[in-house]
Amino acid sequence: MPAERFVRALREAGWATLVVAGLSFPIIAYRAEPDFNNLLALQPRWPLFWQFCAAAFLLRFLLAFWSGDETKAKAPREKNWPKLPWLGPLALVFLTIYPLAVVALLGPQAALKWVDTYGVQILIYVLLGWGLNITVGLAGLLDLGYAAFYAVGAYAYALLAPATGLGFWALLPVCGLLAAFWGFCIGFPILRLRGDYLAIVTLAFAEIVRIVLINWDVVTHGEAGLFGFPGLNFFGLPFIPGPRGFAAHFGLPFQGIQKQIFLYYLVLVLALLANLVSLRLRRLPLGRAWEALREDEIACRALGLDTRNIKLTAFALGAFFAGIAGCLFALRQGFVSPSAFTFSESALILAIVVLGGGGSQLGVAVAAVFLVGASELLRELTFLKSVFGENFDPAQYRMLLVGLAMVAMMNFRPRGLVSTRAPTIKLGATS
Amino acid sequence: MEIFLQQLINGVTLGSIYGLIAIGYTMVFGIIGMVNFAHGDVFMLSAFIALLLLLLLTQMLGLAAAPAFVVALVASMALTALWNFAIERVAYRRLRGSFRLAPLISAIGMSTFLANFVTVTQGPNNKSIPPMWDQVIAITSGGAYDVTLSYKQILIVAVTGALLAAFWFVVQKTPLGRAQRACEQDAKMAALLGVDVNRTVALTFVIGAALAAVAGSLYLLQYGVVKSSDGFVPGVKAFTAAVLGGIGSLPGAVLGGLLIGLIETMWGQYFGSDYKDVAAFSVLAITLIFMPSGLMGRPDVEKV
Repeated sequence: MPAERFVRALREAGWATLVVAGLSFPIIAYRAEPDFNNLLALQPRWPLFWQFCAAAFLLRFLLAFWSGDETKAKAPREKNWPKLPWLGPLALVFLTIYPLAVVALLGPQAALKWVDTYGVQILIYVLLGWGLNITVGLAGLLDLGYAAFYAVGAYAYALLAPATGLGFWALLPVCGLLAAFWGFCIGFPILRLRGDYLAIVTLAFAEIVRIVLINWDVVTHGEAGLFGFPGLNFFGLPFIPGPRGFAAHFGLPFQGIQKQIFLYYLVLVLALLANLVSLRLRRLPLGRAWEALREDEIACRALGLDTRNIKLTAFALGAFFAGIAGCLFALRQGFVSPSAFTFSESALILAIVVLGGGGSQLGVAVAAVFLVGASELLRELTFLKSVFGENFDPAQYRMLLVGLAMVAMMNFRPRGLVSTRAPTIKLGATS
Repeated sequence: MEIFLQQLINGVTLGSIYGLIAIGYTMVFGIIGMVNFAHGDVFMLSAFIALLLLLLLTQMLGLAAAPAFVVALVASMALTALWNFAIERVAYRRLRGSFRLAPLISAIGMSTFLANFVTVTQGPNNKSIPPMWDQVIAITSGGAYDVTLSYKQILIVAVTGALLAAFWFVVQKTPLGRAQRACEQDAKMAALLGVDVNRTVALTFVIGAALAAVAGSLYLLQYGVVKSSDGFVPGVKAFTAAVLGGIGSLPGAVLGGLLIGLIETMWGQYFGSDYKDVAAFSVLAITLIFMPSGLMGRPDVEKV
């Protein structure tokens, strides 16, 4: 009955509008800003309020009108994405030629941003995502303090490079091992806790690490952070102008972007290494044990698996890659400070894994490109500023959308958006 | 000695606020077994709603501060309850049968959303209101330091005590409380016996949010300042309080809140305020590792 459906949809929409009006009444309709006397004054924003109400009404109405037809039984719809075996190699080829192509197309000056912000930064997040995927996606241990291990890697490099005089090739594994050691130390006492308690304790430890970094001025220089530590070099050749630099040695003209391109390939190789390690480990007894643990811990214990050691390896290996990523972060920025390792950083990395559909390598990479790349891209679009006003900052909206996306993922596709997270082997599966 | 006494008073005040937030954690955990990670941000949101309403009433309608605060408190309770009702409906209800970490991840998403929603709509900086009700009672005088007890502090402790008593009564004696305890023990069986599980869970969220709104308004009154990142740390501390008191237990939550408030202020006084958050987070880790059932909770048996 279209008429009946129309009335029902109208009623549903009316309720939804009332709820949205209640939710947004003071917080959207008014904004409190300090005036000249530094007292808070209210700025009314009623048009925005009415827009929210209208949007809620329309959305709910259309949704109720279209899905309200209950004569059609809803068939359970489990759509799997088509398998695309050529996508991985294609992506690899693209990633390999990407920085050179950008330089060839845009010239070395304009390409810097594309190699650094879009290349190196996103690849570091891909590496972090693949690392956390071992802990969260494979072993099913929710780690809310991943940024702490990332911080350990970054600070390890920033502190050890000037103190020991070692180059970054020597320090890279040291950073990873130190982070893995921290993962081991933090993981050891907490791994017998149930899942959500474990998550909260990792969060508490990460906050403790961050507070120590802020307050231990003698070593970490507090909020100001550390800088001026030795940067990247090409197997001993520094990226400087002059006869002793990389460019002169190979007879090339000196360009600032050479360092970024080298860093890009370095991060790419390390990220692929992390990918290879987790892909291979999934086929080893250890990886099988991780997945079994994720699916049912009590059954694992009943089968005689040493759950503590299995969890510890997942935790420490995840932390190891965070340490590597931290070292690369320090090299990219040339500067480390505690503000880069807050809880929202952990939440962003977790969102990458969750949106990628925990356990899927390609999904995590796509999610990292999307979450990190999209917000950087939004920053570029200047016309958005003319639409949303001068102080429109997409970075603020990024975390807002990340939060909503995590909620939506859990509600609609808890096993992953890009691919489905299925156990690698399954009893009774026909192949 | 005077300083100790003063910090005792401050600690109990702060602890009462943590206790009110902790009740929301403990009730939700008790009934559906999830860590409602967004609850701290609901607290922050309620403080913002109270702040805006307070400004609206005093500036636009010209009310005096005291009645305006009472109206803002009650209205903030209602609006925050509506928020938490909507949050439960949108973010958690569908997940009750999902895998166990799903509600927690959804709650983390919701927490991120709420914190950034307030940042986007109200700006990231501190919002401070002029101090209200600054009258104090001098407890000792003439010593090295005058110990004072402000009217606000008395109000906060009295409100917490009264609300704890009221909700203790609700949970123990009313049909709603019986339904809550039934869902806590076995939701499926309760549903078979005619308890509306969805309604009971929704009411639990509504009550938790109303208490968080009381905490948010009192926090605004006591400290006079709130910002959009204020949900996270008080939220984690209130969760610590809930765990320390024994998650699932109402008096435990308030006891835990008082202990956390005291630990934090005493640590700040005697060991410097740099590491006072470390003290609270350490209590959280130590409690969960060594004493996961808390002071007044029942041991948690994992069922297959």
